Parts: sequence; structure tokens; C-alpha cells
Amino acid sequence: MESLKTTALTDVHRSMGAKMVPFAGYEMPVQYAGLLTEHHAVRNAAGLFDVSHMGEFTVEGPDALDFLQYVTSNDVSKLVPGKVQYSCLPNADSGIVDDLLVYCRGEQKYLLVVNASNIDKDWAWLQQWAPQFDVRMENQSEQWSLLALQGPHAAALLQPFTSIDLGGLAYYSFAEGELLGFPGAILSATGYTGAGGFELYLPNDAAETVWKTLLDAGAVPVGLGARDTLRLEMGYCLYGNDIDDTTNALEAGLGWITKFSKDFIQKPHLENVKAHGVERKLVGFVLTDRGVARHGYPIVDESGTAVGVVTSGSPSPTLGQSIGLGYVPVSSSTPGSKIFVEVRNQPLAAEVVSLPFLKKA
Amino acid sequence: MNFPSELLYTKDHEWIRIEGDTATVGVTDFAQSELGDIVFVDIPSEGDSLAAEAVFGSVEAVKTVSDLYLPLAGEILEVNPELDAAPEKVNSDPYGLGWMVKVRLNDASDRTGLMDVEAYKALVGA
Repeated sequence: MESLKTTALTDVHRSMGAKMVPFAGYEMPVQYAGLLTEHHAVRNAAGLFDVSHMGEFTVEGPDALDFLQYVTSNDVSKLVPGKVQYSCLPNADSGIVDDLLVYCRGEQKYLLVVNASNIDKDWAWLQQWAPQFDVRMENQSEQWSLLALQGPHAAALLQPFTSIDLGGLAYYSFAEGELLGFPGAILSATGYTGAGGFELYLPNDAAETVWKTLLDAGAVPVGLGARDTLRLEMGYCLYGNDIDDTTNALEAGLGWITKFSKDFIQKPHLENVKAHGVERKLVGFVLTDRGVARHGYPIVDESGTAVGVVTSGSPSPTLGQSIGLGYVPVSSSTPGSKIFVEVRNQPLAAEVVSLPFLKKA
Repeated sequence: MNFPSELLYTKDHEWIRIEGDTATVGVTDFAQSELGDIVFVDIPSEGDSLAAEAVFGSVEAVKTVSDLYLPLAGEILEVNPELDAAPEKVNSDPYGLGWMVKVRLNDASDRTGLMDVEAYKALVGA
């Protein structure tokens, strides 16, 4: 077996007693004090995640914008320096290579942030197209540590440690500067929890100091387990669960980051899908019977016939309900539709609901 | 981790307290720790007569679900009624308030497949 990769903080996680698991080829903390405690800390105060396993690619050069317009689904021309955009890498058919963040760091200067499990696949895919453009790319995944400080107390907790004015950072904006005296940090008002807060891109040698300082200041260490329940409460897609090479962006509810006003790799395929209409849709559901729906469980109709599949499912710690995402026929996709999830050979009743599960307070 | 010496244990991480021809069954401290926060204990087998190692229910944690195996053959006399509203008692008190079922044993002298505390500790590396 290939040995697992580590982050700059792996030894710190071990010494803090975190439960470590293999994830996307990395040894990562799945939980510290307990998933529920960590989940609530992020919703109510501030939690700190090590997500250094995420990948970072730089894209620079005269054709950087044209290249990214072609390989991503969202409209990169809308980005100005200091802004971030959620997007997809469409494949050559109608599926999704990955979902990602695109950072505009200046004219002709971008940073792509991709899922850890897809770093090699994404890099190889982008290298197929890059030669047609005047761009330079660098895979800097090993050079960056990435911490996510998430929750309503994040800004107040972080501000004393940086000269960057965090109050001036709107959602999906970022600034480059110093954090705790370490230059070269990117402070980004993003995150995949719906709790607000920041993602901190740091040189590896800054990671341990920043991690310990933020914990000392009151942030709660959070593992990947709670990261998953937090993102699911918001209805955010997880690559490999809810979206993959075989799902298209329109059925996955990602039409809002798919811009037909520009040319991109799979545009003709997706226009075809759009013209004919999708056959299934990714929806949120709440179990009305007692139980827990999990990834891969069948979705069935009243007669027990399989009509779809659960792609993500979990108890929602915030709502106290059992929630999930799954693909269902369009005819069952409107909120209020009754579906059933087959849990260990038992059909449990569920109701399709609008996303996010967690409505704004 | 806590492993009371008066209990017997299974390779599936259940504990059993045998008192005459009845027994109380739950999951071990190791099991609850591995499962994480438990949100639902589903035991539909009250009144059933089951073989040793038969599945008598399941326990749902946030991230995982695990079957519950009966350590010895018998009839499920009672399911812990508290767990329906407070499944977290399995995490906080696995050998006490977090007990799962009471069983009438088919053979009160049978100890097949059971481990004493030292053997179980060795199994889980405690």
C-alpha cells in the first residue's frame, strides 16, 4: 500500500489526540472532541479545520482568461482581482471533472483550488488543453497549507492577528498580505460550511503557528466529519458523492455556475441536455420516518421500484432531522414530493424539500 | 477506556452481563468510541427468539451504521426504552444507562465465543 501523504499539521493533529483516517490519499483528522460538538462550534462560534489536502494550481500568462473560460463552466470574465468564483471543470462529454474555486489575483494571474482526491486527474486534464493557450501553470499543492476558520465569531477572532481589514472582505472576496507576521498569506472570505468565516492559504512554515494561535484564541479544532455534515446542511455538493464524471451540471443544480454565454469544453453537449431537458434532478430530502439515509441507498417509489439513489445523507445536527441529497426523476423533484429511501431493506418515507436545508436565520 | 472485569465480551464488541438465565447486552466503550456520536438505536426484535450471533438491531452514528449481534442464543425480553429519546446514553454510559436488550438465554451455562476482559482488551489493543 502506498503510504499516506501528510500535511504540515499531521503531527500536531496526532499529538492533540485527533482521530486520523485516510482521506483522498492523505492522513487527515476526522474528529477531535466529537463530531456533534465540533459541528455546533462552527454554527455558533468558530471552528478551525486543516484542509491542506486541497490542491492549488496557478495559471498565468496572456491567455489565462481565455484558457479558464474554455476549461471552466462559470464566466471568468466577471472576476476582478480580489474576487473568487465557484465553478466546475466540465469534461468532454457532459460530466464534471471536478468542482473548484477560481481566484483572480491580478490581470493574467489566477489560482485554482481543487479537491484533494482530484489533484492528479485535474492536473492531467488541464495539461491536455493548456498547450493551445499562452499560459503557464504550476501545481503548488504541496507548497500551500490551507486552514478554514469558520463560524460567526471567525472575523473577530482572526482580526487581531492580521493587518488586513477583514470587515472589508465581502463574501467570496480575498486579500493577500500577512498573518501573524508571515507574509504571502491569502485570506479568503469563503468556506464550505454556510457558517461564514475565512479560508487561510499559508506557506507551510506558517501553518503550525497560525493553527496554535487561533486555537489559543478560542477556535475549536474540527475534523472532516463535521465538515461533511456542515456542507450537507447547506445542500453543497461533494465531488465523488453528489457529482462526478457521469453527472451533468444541470441535473446537479449547478446551472447557476454554467454560463452558455461563452464557449467552453462541453458546451454543445450541455446545450443538447438543456434542449431536451434533464431526466433526473439532484434534490434535498428529509426523512419523515425514523432512520438515516446514506450514500448509495436506493430511492424507491410507493411500489418499491428503484427510481434514484441517495448521494449524501446524514443526521443534521443543527436541525435534528435526517437529511440527504439524491437523484430523483424530474416528476418527483418538486418540494413536497413523497419519495422513499430503502434503508436496510425497509422503505422509509421522505419528502423532497428546497435547498439549503438550513434556511438563513 | 473502561472495560469492567465482571462482564464478558464478543469479537463484535458487545458486552454481556449474565445473571442466572437472563442477560443484559450492550456495546463496549471501544465500540461507542469507534462509532462516534450515536443518533439512533434501532432494535425491532423485542419478543424474538434469536440464534447466537444473529442481528438483533442496528446502531446509527452520524457517520456510520453498525449491526448489533446477539452474543448468545435467547429471547429478547426487553429493549432499553430510554434509548429511543436519548441514544447518546450509549456514548456516555455504555455499560450502564446505555444497555440495549435483556435476553432470556436458551442455555444459561453456554459461554461459546465469549471472552473475558483480558482477552477482549488484547483484541482491541487496550
